[in-house]
Amino acid sequence: MIRLRNLEKAVKQGSGQLFLLRRIDLDIDRGEFVTVMGPSGAGKSTLLAILGLLDAGWTGEYELVGERVEELPAKARSELGKKTIGFVFQQYHLLDGLTVAENLEVPLSYRGLSSKERQALVADALDRFRMVGKKDLYPTQLSGGQQQLVGVARAVIAKPPLLLADEPTGNLHSAQAEEIMQLFSELNRAGTTIVQVTHSEKNASYGNRIVRLRDGWIEK
Amino acid sequence: METTKAPALPGPQLVTGPAPTLLELQGIRKVFLTDEVETHALSDVHLAVKKGEWLAIVGPSGSGKTTLLALLGLLDTPTAGTFLLDGKPVQDLSPADRAHVRNKHIGFIFQSFNLIGDLTVFENVELPLTYRGMAQDERKKRVEQALERVGMSHRARHMPGQLSGGQQQRVAVARAVAGDPLILLADEPTGNLDSKNGQAVMKLLRELHQSGSTLIMVTHDPAYARLASRTVTLFDGRIVDESSSPGGETAISPSA
Repeated sequence: MIRLRNLEKAVKQGSGQLFLLRRIDLDIDRGEFVTVMGPSGAGKSTLLAILGLLDAGWTGEYELVGERVEELPAKARSELGKKTIGFVFQQYHLLDGLTVAENLEVPLSYRGLSSKERQALVADALDRFRMVGKKDLYPTQLSGGQQQLVGVARAVIAKPPLLLADEPTGNLHSAQAEEIMQLFSELNRAGTTIVQVTHSEKNASYGNRIVRLRDGWIEK
Repeated sequence: METTKAPALPGPQLVTGPAPTLLELQGIRKVFLTDEVETHALSDVHLAVKKGEWLAIVGPSGSGKTTLLALLGLLDTPTAGTFLLDGKPVQDLSPADRAHVRNKHIGFIFQSFNLIGDLTVFENVELPLTYRGMAQDERKKRVEQALERVGMSHRARHMPGQLSGGQQQRVAVARAVAGDPLILLADEPTGNLDSKNGQAVMKLLRELHQSGSTLIMVTHDPAYARLASRTVTLFDGRIVDESSSPGGETAISPSA
């Protein structure tokens, strides 16, 4: 699913440069549930943003579902991302002016789906995530856990093969966090490859492998 | 019931007489019921906002600011009272009608930007217009204009994560104004920004105000509130103080 070779990301600092990621080699197979851990500033979120094609300023090789990302023009990269990846953010990233159902539907228009197809996917997601009764509510009327449930539903609504999550339970209390992690387990069992960044050992225990980063390096 | 007729469409205008009232709350109450405990979030709130005004809502946390903003934004409904928007009562609209009015007439700017991280800047600004069913050519034009207005055209293809907090908030402002709303609502728009970026966003809001936008802003920063043409202070769900700011660009005398 994912193959990184000598991936590096640096930013200018004074006259030199500071490496946020250094000589990263990483293989993730289809069906894995990988957790990226490490202290703050280790490069976890940077790595996830690169995996998610949200960041373009890096060097090295990144192969995603057989495509060499560094060789793709921006537009093709963006299309590959939309087809392949769902992203869950710590801050949910929901629009407060839209209902739950609308929050699920609107981003689908960027996947080139017709209105009918979008409606069908939304109905299916509301059903799968047991949120039918909440479809007309606004994010501010939901608890944090429920908002993140919508965030996860939005990420996987188009059934992407790869789910990336950056501290998905960072704003949640433990019962809500457990619910989200169980949902991740279910998605993983159903075939979705997952890469999550977390500080929580408990969340990591839901995955099958831990990758530890420190100062931009993968710890061996 | 009195209704005030106002132009259906917003836009720059010359202020030649008293500005029409755009929004009016009469005797608004909001009661929340949790575990059989009644919380009076808002009690007997009267408020009129004229076209082109810049209103700041201040008050301690828990005073009802956010509840009031949610009502004004049609995200929530009052327990009692009348809400006239552009002369039409909107407090009893069905959720679908409310959504329609909101999407067409209200632009939101939030403390946490609420940009969607896996959509580009352009797509984030376009999103509410797409939801409105606007044709693609028109959307493209509106998005480009809005990004131009906030000085972010050169970042249209970037992802939110590649921008600073201040730049993200400018994109959020572009998203709010792209649909040419009657009213812009801002909830602590500088709350997550350092003072330099906070000032830049306030400067942007002032420019919007000067070009004719009606702005309602919740803030806890008295210095930012003074930039507004009028300030109302909430305490325990009631408006306890009201003052107009001589520094406000279009100073409008406070309504009785």
